[in-house]
Amino acid sequence: MGAEVVAEGAREEVLRRIRAAIGEGSLADAAEIRGEWQALPRNYKRTASLERAAILEMLEDRLRDYDASVVRVKAGEVGAEIARVLAGRGKRRMVAPKGLAEAIGESLPAGFEFVVDDGLTVAELDTFEGVVTASTVAIAETGTIVLQNVPGQGRRAPTLIPDYHLCVVRAEDVVETVPEAMARLAGTAQLATTFVSGPSATADIEMTRIKGVHGPRFLDVILTE
Amino acid sequence: MSGTALDPTTAPKFQVAAKALIGDSQLRKNVRHATKVIQTKRAKVVGEMPDWEDLRESGMQIRQHTMRHLDYYLEQFERNCRAAGGEVHWARNAEEARQIVVGIVQASGAEGKSPTEVIKIKSMTTEEIQLNKALEAAGIHAYETDLAELIIQLGHDQPSHIVVPALHKNRSQIREIFRREMKLPGVDFSNLGGTPQDLADAARRFLREKFLRVKTAVSGANFLIAETGGVCIVESEGNGRMCLTLPETLISVAGIDKVVPTFQDLEVMLQLLPRSATGERMNPYNSIWTGVDKVSPDGPRAFHVVLMDNARTEILADEEARQTLNCIRCGACQNACPVYQQTGGHAYGSVYAGPIGAILTPQLMEMHHAQSLPYASSLCGACYEVCPVKINIPEVLIHLRNKVVKQQSAGLKLLVNPEVMALKAVALVFRSEGVFRVSQKLGRLGELALSRKDGQGVGWIEWLPGMLGGWTRVRDLRVMPKQTFRQWFEQRGKDAPGRRAGDAVEKADGDGR
Ligand code: SF4
Repeated sequence: MGAEVVAEGAREEVLRRIRAAIGEGSLADAAEIRGEWQALPRNYKRTASLERAAILEMLEDRLRDYDASVVRVKAGEVGAEIARVLAGRGKRRMVAPKGLAEAIGESLPAGFEFVVDDGLTVAELDTFEGVVTASTVAIAETGTIVLQNVPGQGRRAPTLIPDYHLCVVRAEDVVETVPEAMARLAGTAQLATTFVSGPSATADIEMTRIKGVHGPRFLDVILTE
Repeated sequence: MSGTALDPTTAPKFQVAAKALIGDSQLRKNVRHATKVIQTKRAKVVGEMPDWEDLRESGMQIRQHTMRHLDYYLEQFERNCRAAGGEVHWARNAEEARQIVVGIVQASGAEGKSPTEVIKIKSMTTEEIQLNKALEAAGIHAYETDLAELIIQLGHDQPSHIVVPALHKNRSQIREIFRREMKLPGVDFSNLGGTPQDLADAARRFLREKFLRVKTAVSGANFLIAETGGVCIVESEGNGRMCLTLPETLISVAGIDKVVPTFQDLEVMLQLLPRSATGERMNPYNSIWTGVDKVSPDGPRAFHVVLMDNARTEILADEEARQTLNCIRCGACQNACPVYQQTGGHAYGSVYAGPIGAILTPQLMEMHHAQSLPYASSLCGACYEVCPVKINIPEVLIHLRNKVVKQQSAGLKLLVNPEVMALKAVALVFRSEGVFRVSQKLGRLGELALSRKDGQGVGWIEWLPGMLGGWTRVRDLRVMPKQTFRQWFEQRGKDAPGRRAGDAVEKADGDGR
């Protein structure tokens, strides 16, 4: 490709300039650099300070703040709740990632069409009324749900193109702080990962937060205990 | 402002541009409104974080550490990104970066034919290198997909803020632009409503067809993760996700300063950035991806990162200015700046406006252009107080003023320049933190004699003595807040117990700005 030819020697030149600029910093070896990184101060909050019940309440509160709706159900009631929420929204034809039933530990309710995403095209995805997924972790303090490309959550496009997202969050996956979430995600950091904090929004016009631009405009969350 | 790109090599002096823009009362009103709203939101969500100062300290130290070992972390990023199937390109300057991107776009089409369109995520780095113009010259139209950038593009305008580029436009101006410029077969935008919701809906309709059709995307990057080779992009609308997920080819252009050592370091950045940038606990979407997905077809099949220097290594080499590179482009300093609030962004003649622009732009020009920008500040310190990575912008401004003066006096052989003397004194002050604090206090006292209150009880300074007079000739100055953030912060514990930190921050931040 022409690109390499264009900037021939650029890599070496940029690295040379950097080394000239930072001087002795460039002489450190990997172990020294690692040691220096480990010694960086991290006095910010890195663990939970609230009780479990308060953490779950905080997540609910913060999600509602973003205009997402939240319902809490006991284990074993997830399928029925999915049916209730979808009926309430008037949704019938949904796309679902592979392994969704296993991820939520229950079978999907009858009376709806759940089409499994096995590489649906963009145009096909555009024909669905919504998507149902599970989630990897949720952050109470920021009202964030984290999705990864694993069974039950799937590729990124299906949670982006349909206008409605119903997400099942297990109480044990809820943490209080961002650092706790990052620690849980560290092992799978290479997977495609999306942090979702409420429905898509913009404040580009007079700083007024408007719900819904390009991503799903509606987000419902089922929190299971 | 016309469609002429903001180009520091040809822009007029700040003092001249500012004078013209200050005459535009609608613009000033729009800018004041927007900056005030963001500042209030920011103060609220920062106030609810008792560990905010610890986060800032860690943020600063992570960035400093990264810069100290920038070669190591860039090579690590490159290795890991390549191992994950991404391609990494290096560019010494803007011209090389443009050529690389155009080359990749041209090669990305089906059957060897160059595509004629790309979709783009808002990226100040691509604005910096005026990429769209280069694409256009190669017969490739770039659709900006961020709402604000779309407003700028359709309005043949220029960005005036790094986070909210169209912040100088209000809803009725935006409606006019959309009615005039939005063209989509079978859709009539001419009787578009005027609420923000109507306008966002129009943008959704206009762009959706492009998201689903165009196969090549160009983005910037918020963070490059050395440890994993991953890239992180922070956004609100979902246009970013569309561009990152649906096309077959994705090209991300990133300054070499965008790297962070580890995935874990994002736990600091992802707390600092959204609260500082838009005043949200978290912005709606963060995407992190690593190379290309080979197992399930998730996202583009070809992914390119362009690592661009473009004078960043010059900044790195200047120890006193190096902290400029720590910037995470949150825009908080712009919102907090009394000068920016009056002039808006265009006066700075660069896509990087406000306090960060005043230090970044001249350095990106290797001090050959934009020399008036280090003077586009009252040195009130508001930018430093809000900066999530604690960049001491006043200190860098003083340092750069010195550089400018040195350059000019070298050129003009001035024997005695009063400005040189004055700046040397100020430089002395800023070199020591203690003296800086005392002089900030003195500044507040000295101001009293010069200020008057406006209708809303906000203090203004219309006249400054001596060499500072040039400043108030073209603009009034807000008086400094009674308390600096630092003073407030240090006093916090001593005040009445039980008071919520957030109330106090709002007061301290909102006071007098
Ligand atoms: S200098 Fe600091 S406050 Fe300004 S944009 Fe950069 S990070 Fe934000």
